Amino acid sequence: MSAVEDYVARIEETCGEEKDYVVTFKYERGNETVQKILKKAKVEKSISQIIFELTFGNVSFRLYGTGKAIFRNVKDKEELQKVLADLLL
Amino acid sequence: MLDPYKIRQYFPILKRKINNHPLIYLDNAATTQKPKQVIEAIKEFYENHNANVHRAIHMLSQESSELHENAHKEVAKFINADDMEEIVFVRGTTEAINLVAYAWGLHNLKSEDEVLVTLMEHHSNIVPWEMLSKINGFQVKYAEVNDDGTLNYESFENAISHKTKIVCLSHVSNVTGVITDVKRIAKIAHEYGALALVDAAQSVPHLPVDVKDLDIDFLAFSGHKMLGPTGIGTLYGKRGILEEMEPFHGGGSMIKEVTFNTVTRRCSISLNDLPWKFEAGTPNICGGVGLMAAVRYLNNIGMENVKEHEEILTAYTIRRMQECEKVKIYGPEDASLKCGIVPFNVEGLSSHDVALFLESYGIMVRSGFHCAQPLHEKFKLKSSARASFYIYNMREEIDRLVEVLKEIE
Repeated sequence: MSAVEDYVARIEETCGEEKDYVVTFKYERGNETVQKILKKAKVEKSISQIIFELTFGNVSFRLYGTGKAIFRNVKDKEELQKVLADLLL
Repeated sequence: MLDPYKIRQYFPILKRKINNHPLIYLDNAATTQKPKQVIEAIKEFYENHNANVHRAIHMLSQESSELHENAHKEVAKFINADDMEEIVFVRGTTEAINLVAYAWGLHNLKSEDEVLVTLMEHHSNIVPWEMLSKINGFQVKYAEVNDDGTLNYESFENAISHKTKIVCLSHVSNVTGVITDVKRIAKIAHEYGALALVDAAQSVPHLPVDVKDLDIDFLAFSGHKMLGPTGIGTLYGKRGILEEMEPFHGGGSMIKEVTFNTVTRRCSISLNDLPWKFEAGTPNICGGVGLMAAVRYLNNIGMENVKEHEEILTAYTIRRMQECEKVKIYGPEDASLKCGIVPFNVEGLSSHDVALFLESYGIMVRSGFHCAQPLHEKFKLKSSARASFYIYNMREEIDRLVEVLKEIE
């Protein structure tokens, strides 16, 4: 049974007034993770196929082709873990 | 004039590719990359000279001690200090400022006194003073910054008074790159009987700094921002002031003697000479060796050349970035007022989005507050992206940065 930890290498709160979360996916599973998320979330916009602006339920986030994502308006790390679990598992 | 193409061959990391693109490293205000000369000096130390310094008579310890002392001497020469007694090795700028706060401020600042800083300071030059004020009860006052990021000298002159005991300010802002006239500030501070502490984390690596000419009392800077290793930095202090100060940390090396009195059943200590009085415990010997190699490398290039190169790059960056419709640059447009730092935002995107987009093209910039939240609040910014340059950066890299920024627009 896979877990969020199998896909996520790091979660960091961003520095700045916006308290967003930067999620770095495991390098070796980067492509797979990006594809998984793109299948589940709704693509609102894409810039050069590098940045994808996505929504998933009430959560909006940006996914990067390089295997990172910035999540906005999530309450805390616990909620983020739940969102990631819904997206990845 | 320096030749970045020639310089780059000595920096192994610049050959790396990130996301299949050549690495363009524009985060030099955070830390710089290391040339082979520094890497080799560290390797050579551990392979051939490693031993603890001082008070051992074997050959390795003598070699190590000599290297450690020579590192102090080279750094002293680099900033034109009188001698190595005025050079205290610390972990970095933050520790240097904390050393002054606790070894000088704790004993000299009273509740009726004031410490004057500016709104453009890095947190490392705010937090130690705010923390100490909770113990000693003095006031921390903040001089204003103009809309272009330059220091408001009038506000500074209005804020200083005979209550001011120390003025603490950065020579170069780590957000805007603005150079402050610290010589002028030190002169005013001294007229009021206050000391002047300069956070030189962003100036010593980028322009010639002469502590005698500036006539400042303390200067703090980090080795890793000037090609040296992390974990080593310098506090310069005028000899007379350092002599009067209490030590910061207690332990080995910083004492001459610890004698036990059988009557009082207490130990009495006699302090070591400068600079060792402030270097308790085993120092970062290898860090000093690396810093010495970095200083020698920069001396070979010439600090005037470093400054000129960055000024040219900064002017070029500002001009090229102005071609981007949605990019807003902060700080003065005149590159001669700055070191090589350009803060910016892209309309409609957070600074982190910009940084991640650039990263996908191998371009490394920093995003966030850059440890200077009060300045961002002053500018009403949620955060900013920051491109910062050093000796190995080239115009072609700026062209690439602008090309990618245009794409993101």
